[in-house]
Amino acid sequence: MKNRYDVIVVGAGPAGSITAKTAASGGLDVLLIEKRQEIGDPVRCAEGVGKEDLKKHIEPDPRWIAAEVKGSKILSPDGTEIKMSEEASSGKAGYTLERKVFDRALAQQAAMAGAEVMVKTRATGLLRSNGKVTGINAMYMGETHEIKANIVIGADGVESKVGRWGGIDTSLKPVDIDTCAQFLVSNIDAGEYSMFYLGEKYTPGGYVWIFPKGKHTANVGLGLLGSKSGNVRAITLLENFLKNYMPHAKILEMVVGGVPVSGPIKQTVTDGLMLVGDAARQSDPLTGGGIINGMNAGKMAGEVCIKAKEIGDYSVKTLKEYEDKWRATIGIELSKSLKVKNLLVKLTDEQLNQLAHSLKGVDTSKMALPVLLLILFKKNPKILWELRTLFV
Amino acid sequence: MTVNVNRYKCGYCGACVGVCPVGALELVETWIEVNNTCTNCGVCAKICPVGALVVVK
Ligand SMILES: Cc1cc2nc3c(=O)[nH]c(=O)nc-3n(C[C@H](O)[C@H](O)[C@H](O)COP(=O)(O)OP(=O)(O)OC[C@H]3O[C@@H](n4cnc5c(N)ncnc54)[C@H](O)[C@@H]3O)c2cc1C
Ligand code: SF4
Ligand code: SF4
Repeated sequence: MKNRYDVIVVGAGPAGSITAKTAASGGLDVLLIEKRQEIGDPVRCAEGVGKEDLKKHIEPDPRWIAAEVKGSKILSPDGTEIKMSEEASSGKAGYTLERKVFDRALAQQAAMAGAEVMVKTRATGLLRSNGKVTGINAMYMGETHEIKANIVIGADGVESKVGRWGGIDTSLKPVDIDTCAQFLVSNIDAGEYSMFYLGEKYTPGGYVWIFPKGKHTANVGLGLLGSKSGNVRAITLLENFLKNYMPHAKILEMVVGGVPVSGPIKQTVTDGLMLVGDAARQSDPLTGGGIINGMNAGKMAGEVCIKAKEIGDYSVKTLKEYEDKWRATIGIELSKSLKVKNLLVKLTDEQLNQLAHSLKGVDTSKMALPVLLLILFKKNPKILWELRTLFV
Repeated sequence: MTVNVNRYKCGYCGACVGVCPVGALELVETWIEVNNTCTNCGVCAKICPVGALVVVK
């Protein structure tokens, strides 16, 4: 470890590793720190990603692909099935990853691009001078260090502190977080589709997912809107789901976690500081997916680091380009998803069934979500009236 | 004012840290630390996926 870098990235998840890799590839002196002693472990993810989105960042490698899925199936509370996103036309079919291996592979890419990587190293605060962020306080193996940098990247996930230390309030309200539990189960027929079960009878304001990780294993989990948690817990609902619907499943692993579902937050950059991924609350409010958004944001942030170094300015004036870029892309999608989520959590099981029934006779199997939503809207304008602005 | 963390239950996921309005919580690898700025608001206890947090009244 040196005492000065161009860029320090805090957190070696997908967002942090891609930021570090991008900046290091541009010739910058980069330090990537991770507080855990093993990158990627323990997992807090259902590990589902779209194939094409992923390929933009990294060549798929069997070492971190647990399974390929043909598409998705959404099940309404009465069991009506909506098949979607099959590969042939949309190219949207996906993978279930092995994130322990995947996250490490991304960090390795950052290392190969020239970044220095330190594990068991936790940021504990920010260095400031004249109001600007100028580095971090870090702890490695019980020893404290001051490390300077022109830019600090907060890629520190749902538990992000970096933004708050820099004066950006990223704290989530209960209604802005999905509280989740998941088991990796075996002794089941996992099928070839990512499955989503909707309905109050499973979980209030969320869904149950079953993502195949092999022929007989799958990630089975559920999310519950934080505002509805307290008297019921994600873990209890999940235990009930397994008991009622998958009585033969054997549990091999437990995962718990929170996903930000706030939609775009007001600020993600300040002088000498940028936030990426879950730290910037860039996970999708509807699906809870955050891997691809985090990687895309990381790329944008890494590129802006290179530019800032070229012109020698690390103030908001230069870093704002990152914020503008992600808002114009990821941000727009987040806002749309937030609208759909806000409506979905209000629908009764009966209304969800009605929506599913309205698709009878329609071949949705190749459709992506936006197209499917438009058709649903046309067929059910009353139930979905709130979404009309999405389609103009 | 503080919260008690049941370390035998906690899955060290960091969700509670993300919702604490005053930044009183910290996830240090595999355990949660609570500092003295906690206001007993109870938000962390509400959203914990496993119910590992209890507000001390
Ligand atoms: C149950 C569950 C299921 C999910 N399922 C999916 C899914 O199927 N598909 C999908 O796309 N997304 C899913 N997500 C969301 C996805 O996991 C996240 O959006 C993604 O991991 C965000 O990546 P990131 O790099 O921003 O943060 P993370 O992957 O959380 O990485 C942050 C890293 O920063 C480290 N860190 C934190 N603080 C510090 C510090 N002070 N110093 C040093 N290091 C620090 C952490 O240890 C961590 O390794 C799911 C989330 C949950 C909880
Ligand atoms: S939310 Fe619960 S399980 Fe997660 S770190 Fe906090 S106390 Fe532990
Ligand atoms: S009770 Fe409120 S202030 Fe105290 S740690 Fe929990 S969220 Fe933070």
